[in-house]
Amino acid sequence: MAVENTIKEKARPKKKGLWKEIKKNNIAYLFLAPYFILFFIFTVLPVLVSLALSFTYFNILEPPKWTFLDNYLRMFLEDPDFLQAVKNTFVYAVIVGPVGYLISLMVAWFINELNTKVRAVVILLFYAPSISGTVYLVWKLMFSSDSYGYLNGTLLKLGVISRAIHWLQDPKYILGIVIIVGLWMSLGTSFLAFVAGLQGIDKSMYEAGAVDGIKNRWQELWYITLPTMKPQLMFGAVMSITAALGVSDIATNIAGLPSVQNAGLTIVNHLIDYGWMRFEMGYASAIATVLFVLMVILNKFVQRLLRKIGS
Amino acid sequence: MKKRFRIKKRLNRSVGGDVGVYIFIILLGLFMAFPIVYAISNAFKPFHELFIFPPRFFVKEPTFENFSDMFNVMSSSWVPFSRNIFNTFFVTALGTVFHIFAASLAAYALAKFKFPGNKVIFEIIVLSLMFAASVTDIPRFIIMSKLDMIDSYRAMYIPPIQAPLGLYLMKQFMETLIPDSLLEAARIDGKSEFGIFWSIVMPLVKPAWLTLTILSIQSLWNTTGGAYIYSEELKTIPVAMNQIIASGIARAGVGAAVSVFMMVVPVVVFIVSQNQIIETMATSGMKE
Repeated sequence: MAVENTIKEKARPKKKGLWKEIKKNNIAYLFLAPYFILFFIFTVLPVLVSLALSFTYFNILEPPKWTFLDNYLRMFLEDPDFLQAVKNTFVYAVIVGPVGYLISLMVAWFINELNTKVRAVVILLFYAPSISGTVYLVWKLMFSSDSYGYLNGTLLKLGVISRAIHWLQDPKYILGIVIIVGLWMSLGTSFLAFVAGLQGIDKSMYEAGAVDGIKNRWQELWYITLPTMKPQLMFGAVMSITAALGVSDIATNIAGLPSVQNAGLTIVNHLIDYGWMRFEMGYASAIATVLFVLMVILNKFVQRLLRKIGS
Repeated sequence: MKKRFRIKKRLNRSVGGDVGVYIFIILLGLFMAFPIVYAISNAFKPFHELFIFPPRFFVKEPTFENFSDMFNVMSSSWVPFSRNIFNTFFVTALGTVFHIFAASLAAYALAKFKFPGNKVIFEIIVLSLMFAASVTDIPRFIIMSKLDMIDSYRAMYIPPIQAPLGLYLMKQFMETLIPDSLLEAARIDGKSEFGIFWSIVMPLVKPAWLTLTILSIQSLWNTTGGAYIYSEELKTIPVAMNQIIASGIARAGVGAAVSVFMMVVPVVVFIVSQNQIIETMATSGMKE
């Protein structure tokens, strides 16, 4: 108790003491400076500017005009494309976020017991799609609309279909295909974090668990493995949620922008459309602000949920 | 005796469960590998094999034609392809080196100095992991144009220097791995603070900067410069590649060759540094 008190007193220095603390650590501020100046210019400032611009009409050429909540009202009341984009992004994120997360966790868990060399190969195999850049464009070839498309060609040959299907032009299929490609690429940073978290678990904990009456691998997972790697689970969740809600390149490159009947339109696509093609920077900033708030709130919510694991 | 040993080693594991697990892994593995193998196979297909019905998965008469065409086609275009390759290498190398240096220096300060503002700054970093950079694209463009960075190499390699994920991973790793006593001893020896960082801390966190390297390459190697670049001579490989693919069916083989060519670098870097990357990720966890 006494120790705690002295620490508390030290942590809360008076004004003069604070200045002393700052001076004493001036080297730390110097070390922070190069990174932080850039971080402020390219991350903090843009967030603030985006928030400010979202209340204006701004087309780059003329100075911004204050319009108060107009952009936000327009977004939810007069822009059916935005609502379509929100719907698409939610469908995509609700599937690719959790499913990608669970697949990452399951694969990491299953391969944890393989021997080191085999495991290294399997990790590479599962991680490769997320680092191989534009190779995902091959999906476009597989779903190509003519009979040279791999899927169409195969289905035609097998006699499943009698005419080539326009996979990437038919609103029925577009979002589904974007989701498949998204899932294919979803074993990213969080997957590696899970692999590492699992390797760090002390084996004797499992033996102790068995003595305490844990009978199968699922109980072991829930009562020992997951609680032990909770920090990695939280980190992985942040990575997955942010990536899933920020989807744009996959949708643009697979379905096109604009896609047929906007079936592949995501929030970020819509933002790009207004910002870079119509130069309505104020409106685009409002879309960005909504997305920002959405991402942060969802992340905080999931963090709270994950804290309950194993309890 | 042998049987008992097996049971002891495989605690809480049933044979049926194991079989299920392997089937799941193999099916998923096939799904993951299929497009990559198909892309590689396509890159080696001669032109007439790309357009046959029914389409073949594997190449029948492999050829390097597409790869040599890749260079021919692009050296005959307005800006030679070698320039695109140079641009991509240049931007990737510069951005990665600066990112590792700036992020490690800042991470060291956050991990090992207890200064006023330390906690707040780290919380801001964690918060910035929670939204995609694309939400800040528009003001970023405006800021960059004020700084006269548009249509220059700087537009491509400077913003990625401050990628928060790198700082986050580096800080977590240093905090776990570098004992304070080691730093104290060096201080008593009269080493300068920067000397400690450079010659003691950095060699110890090699796994972490290999991780930052792969993450940085992942984004910079595929950079297109987006709306920030319009000069032909500043364009990168992915941009040149999109232009080829857009020019139609005749270039389908070349397009496949370029995308395989682009995949090689990040994959090789990952293979070489896999163990260190996983070592870094072990400390990536978020505390409550």
